[in-house]
Amino acid sequence: MTGIVGAVVEAWDELRIHRLRVLLALIGVAVAVCAITGITAAAQMMNQVVKEQTERSGGRETTLSVQAYPRGPTALATANYDAEFARVVDRYGVEYASREMYNQFTFRFPMGALPVQAQVIDVDYGVMRRVAPVMGTWFDEADADRFAPALVVNETFLTQLGVSDLSGHPTVMLGGTTPVRATIIGVVANQWPEEQASTFLLYDHFTRWASPDPMYGSSIPTLSLWVPPEMADELTELIRRDLTAALPGTQADVYQQGGGFNALEGGARWVITGIGGVALLLGGLGLVNIALVTVRYRIREIGIRRSFGATSGRVFFGVLMESVVATVLAGVVGVMAAVVIIKNIPIEQIFGVALQDTPPFPLSAALVGMACATAVGALAGLIPAIVAVRVKVIDAIRY
Amino acid sequence: MALLELTDVTRSVRLPDDRLLSILRGVTLSVDAGEHVAIIGRSGTGKSTLLNILGLLDSPTSGEYVLDGTPIGRLSGRTRARRRGDDFGFVFQQFNLLTGRTALENVAAPLMYARGRSFWRRFTLAAQMLDRVGLGDRLDTMPDKLSGGEQQRVAIARALVRRPRVILADEPTGALDVETGGEVMSLLDEIASESGAALIAITHDLAVAARAQRHYRLADGVLLPIVLNAPGQVTEWIGDLPVSTPAADRHAEQAPA
Repeated sequence: MTGIVGAVVEAWDELRIHRLRVLLALIGVAVAVCAITGITAAAQMMNQVVKEQTERSGGRETTLSVQAYPRGPTALATANYDAEFARVVDRYGVEYASREMYNQFTFRFPMGALPVQAQVIDVDYGVMRRVAPVMGTWFDEADADRFAPALVVNETFLTQLGVSDLSGHPTVMLGGTTPVRATIIGVVANQWPEEQASTFLLYDHFTRWASPDPMYGSSIPTLSLWVPPEMADELTELIRRDLTAALPGTQADVYQQGGGFNALEGGARWVITGIGGVALLLGGLGLVNIALVTVRYRIREIGIRRSFGATSGRVFFGVLMESVVATVLAGVVGVMAAVVIIKNIPIEQIFGVALQDTPPFPLSAALVGMACATAVGALAGLIPAIVAVRVKVIDAIRY
Repeated sequence: MALLELTDVTRSVRLPDDRLLSILRGVTLSVDAGEHVAIIGRSGTGKSTLLNILGLLDSPTSGEYVLDGTPIGRLSGRTRARRRGDDFGFVFQQFNLLTGRTALENVAAPLMYARGRSFWRRFTLAAQMLDRVGLGDRLDTMPDKLSGGEQQRVAIARALVRRPRVILADEPTGALDVETGGEVMSLLDEIASESGAALIAITHDLAVAARAQRHYRLADGVLLPIVLNAPGQVTEWIGDLPVSTPAADRHAEQAPA
């Protein structure tokens, strides 16, 4: 016990006394650890960015897209599909589900009535597709009971309306056979610079107030279900079978989509690990170099310690520990620097999108960094430790 | 039983040209606990080699070394290191204090290799020992801020802090002026006597040697007992060494090997 404590205390004393030399040696290691930790963490951040972007377009892992359409010229009423979709959601206890369809509605802007593409959805769509309004809010369950339709529009829509924000609770006339004044409750960012005006409209509001453009295709919505990945295959088959049975003359198809993308898989992971490894190797070589010089410089001291009764094992362990303690400290500094850097990366400026679920600094990255620092310390300390043990005590004292 | 006993010990090294150089030849020495022995001799006669063998820093080429009843030749390197730390305290000519460490840290350094309470209380024990050598007010002073005499007193405190059974002093006053050297030797004698440790001093200085109870001369690797009179009084010169050699030993020395 005292042997181990003594070796660690001795190592710490050496670092304290030779702090300038140690500091110079450790800058490389700290930078390397910062790099390897930072790269690992940044890669995970990037992964999250890509994941969220993928989920915005394709839904979460795993999203089942249920499509139903009549096989023949006669079709059931849309209400039949809605009712059966609701039963499916209820039967399988799906937590997040949304009916979805695209259509075009006429809105009255100051410049005149214009057709606007609308995405008709249910409230859960916001969570399933990570919709993050830049102003106002997304729909909530209470919005279904409104006495007038609510809209979440894009920035172009708001600009065309001549409004810059939602402080005045802007409204717009939703045209059609029975025009109705709709309230804009939220604004989402344009997905590209010249994007046309578009809006989200709740499915219930659509059926109650909107007049769909008959040229816009089927009036039967697609049902999206966010289900646990491990149940996806089973539910795909069950839902297809249920709908086919419940809706005569209907072709029901269920597709799996969403999630499943990992930017860190395969080659990318190896490239990132390789870059970090090379950085660490360079830092380690610098450390070996300085450690060897230090041991030469300390030969006399090692001889004196041998006269105190230090065994060769203790000398070996002590020199090794100096290197390990030093690199562990450098590792802590490197990891902390990586945390500071990663936490302050302007993700929105770099990737063009804000992260909805900003991941915490990955513990695994910090652990990888610390493990690398310790391993480099042990390897870098090995050669000087062997040199120190091979020193002849008598020669060392006279050195 | 003697505390340490060398019997017919030799030490030789092979030179780069493959010749064998004999440093010690048939050295026999017995030292009891608490005894004070001086070994005098010129430079290059093997004094330090003898001290290194006594202190388990080196091994004899042949012969036997028995420490407190244990033949040293049978001990592993690890055990020898432990015995060295437990049983010996070294005082070097050039003090050999650890740079960058205070007087207190220097004295506490050997206790880093001790076990149990001695390890955990190392700074307390070191402070007590420094106080004993009159440096209680210089605990946090760096060696380069101490005078030569003070540095050697720190070295003495360091040699004694583990309560060794043998103190090995290699020219302990060699780097000091006469007056300071006398003070340091008085202190070393005093503390060694207090602790009951045997003191084996190697020196050129007859005044230092005269403090010992027994005296030896090492010449060309051969160790011979001598009679040294009171400091400054010379009975006989052997080479450039003013000593009195007992007739029997002188006869033995002159006899063919």
